[in-house]
Order: sequence, then C-alpha cells, then structure tokens
Amino acid sequence: MRTSLILRIGTKLVLPFILLFALYVQFHGEYGPGGGFQAGVITAGMVILVGITFGLGAAKRIAPPGLVRAMVPLGVLIYAGTGVLGLLLGKNFLDYSVLSASDPAHGRGLGIFMVESGVLVTVSGTMTALFYAFVERGR
Amino acid sequence: MLLTLLAVVTLAIIGQRNLFGVVILSGVYSFLMASVLIVLDAVDVAMTEASVGAGISTIVLLATLHLTRTIEVRPWRRSWAPLVLALVTGLAIAWGSLALPPFGTPDAVIHRHVVPRYLADTVKDTHVPNVVTSVLADYRGYDTLGETTVIFTAGIGVMLLLRGARRRDGGGGDDGAGPRA
Repeated sequence: MRTSLILRIGTKLVLPFILLFALYVQFHGEYGPGGGFQAGVITAGMVILVGITFGLGAAKRIAPPGLVRAMVPLGVLIYAGTGVLGLLLGKNFLDYSVLSASDPAHGRGLGIFMVESGVLVTVSGTMTALFYAFVERGR
Repeated sequence: MLLTLLAVVTLAIIGQRNLFGVVILSGVYSFLMASVLIVLDAVDVAMTEASVGAGISTIVLLATLHLTRTIEVRPWRRSWAPLVLALVTGLAIAWGSLALPPFGTPDAVIHRHVVPRYLADTVKDTHVPNVVTSVLADYRGYDTLGETTVIFTAGIGVMLLLRGARRRDGGGGDDGAGPRA
C-alpha cells in the first residue's frame, strides 16, 4: 500500500513539529497547559501518523516494539520509584520535598518533573503498543 | 452555539448505521467538546479531549473497524428498555444539576475546602506556577499514580486480549475500549 505523494511529503514536513510540540507540552507543562499525559498522547500520535502513512515497518524503525512494550511498565516504575525515593529518604510516600536538601520547594518541583516523565513514558508506550497490537491483529 | 452543534452531531451519530461515519462523527464530537472546554477555561482538559478523544480514540476505533464489519447489524428485536433507561438517567442527572450552585460561583462548597490553599501556596511550595500541574503531580500525586496504573493495566489487558485471540483464532470480539482518563 502506497499513499499519495502529497500525504507522504506533508507527513515528513509536520513530523518534527509534532515531536517538538510534544516536548514543549511536556516541559512547559509547569507553566502552561499540558503535561505528561498530553505529551505522551502527542508523541504516540506522531508514531501512529508514520505508521499510517509509511506503513507499520517505518513506525517500528522509529519506535521498536520491544522498547515500546518495555515503556508501558517503565513509566509506572519511574512514578512509583520517585514515591519510594521519598520513603527511603525519610518522608512519606510521594513526598518529593526530600529530593533537594536545601530547598524543599525545589525538591517538589523536581519530583513533579520526574513524575510527569513517568506519565509520559507510560502513556506514549501504551498508546503506541495499542496501535501496534490492533494493526498486527488485522493482518 | 457549540452545544447546539454537539446535539446535532449526537443525533447524527444515533441515526448513522455506517460505523465508519459513527467513528468520524465521534471525532467531530470530541473536537466540539474540546472547544466547549476551552470556552470554560479548562485548557488542560480540552487538550486531553482533543488528543485522546479526537485523536487516539478515533484511530483505535478505526483499527477496530478494520477487524470487524463496518455496517451496524440491525437488532433482531426492538426493545424500549434502553430508551427508557437513557431518559430516566438523563432526567435524574438534569434534576441533580438543579441543586448545583450557579456556574462560576466563587463561594461554592468545592471552592472553599482545599482550593484556596492550593492556589495561594503552589508557587511557594513547588515553584510551579501552573496549579493544574502541581495539584495533579504533587498535592494529589496518589490519584495520578493510580491513573497511570489504570492506563498501564488497560494497555496490558487489551494487548493480552488481542494476542490471545490471535493465537486461538477464536471469534471472541473485543470491545475496543481505549483507556481514557
């Protein structure tokens, strides 16, 4: 299956901007709208767009299925691990203020950043893995 | 205006027998809903609705249609129970909403509990000016951990279902439910 020239060139043109927007949503989430969940969905959307336009093989070159499958539990581990880190450093579960010795507020900001990264990893992994699962089932 | 469009799209979805059309119309519905949420100043939720509701859900549903047939089968027996159930539930929700405080009331109960503290202290506590992010990931970190686990569980479940069905080559259909937070 070969899609039209306009579609293929158009996809190539917008791909970097989609990824850039996802990163912006992720790292600017502390100041503007967005966060790990939205950024994860946008990242997965980029892989899915490649999959639809250039076929499943091209999408799997960008996001190898093994990596995608590993990302699904990895994000939850990052999130819960950040929580356990607070536990190990002598505070409550998910209390990030211990992450910075001098400034508790800075530690909490850092904790939010790590937790959001965990959400990004799980959400983008799950959405991409779902897409792979459905497409492979259809063959 | 937006709500009228929403109602029109809903009626179109009900009348549509072609499931491909239904999926596209649900995408349209999600985009309208995202616009409504922007009007209500809930930009974070609007972003989620646009990306998940209109984007990923549409893709997953289209992929499901790829596995099934695209024309809805006529029910072999007309039943009034679903209509009655929907009407009763809708009326109950409308009746319940009458008791809610008017939209945007600053002294509504929900705005007086912990919200003032979150709004006042977020920059001092976390250096994060976006209250939505700080509530989501810090003050209510447990809830978000639960949500992430839900997505993880749902994803694993769907993957296992699809893979298991392929191995046995059985006729068990799946509901195609994507995770939505």
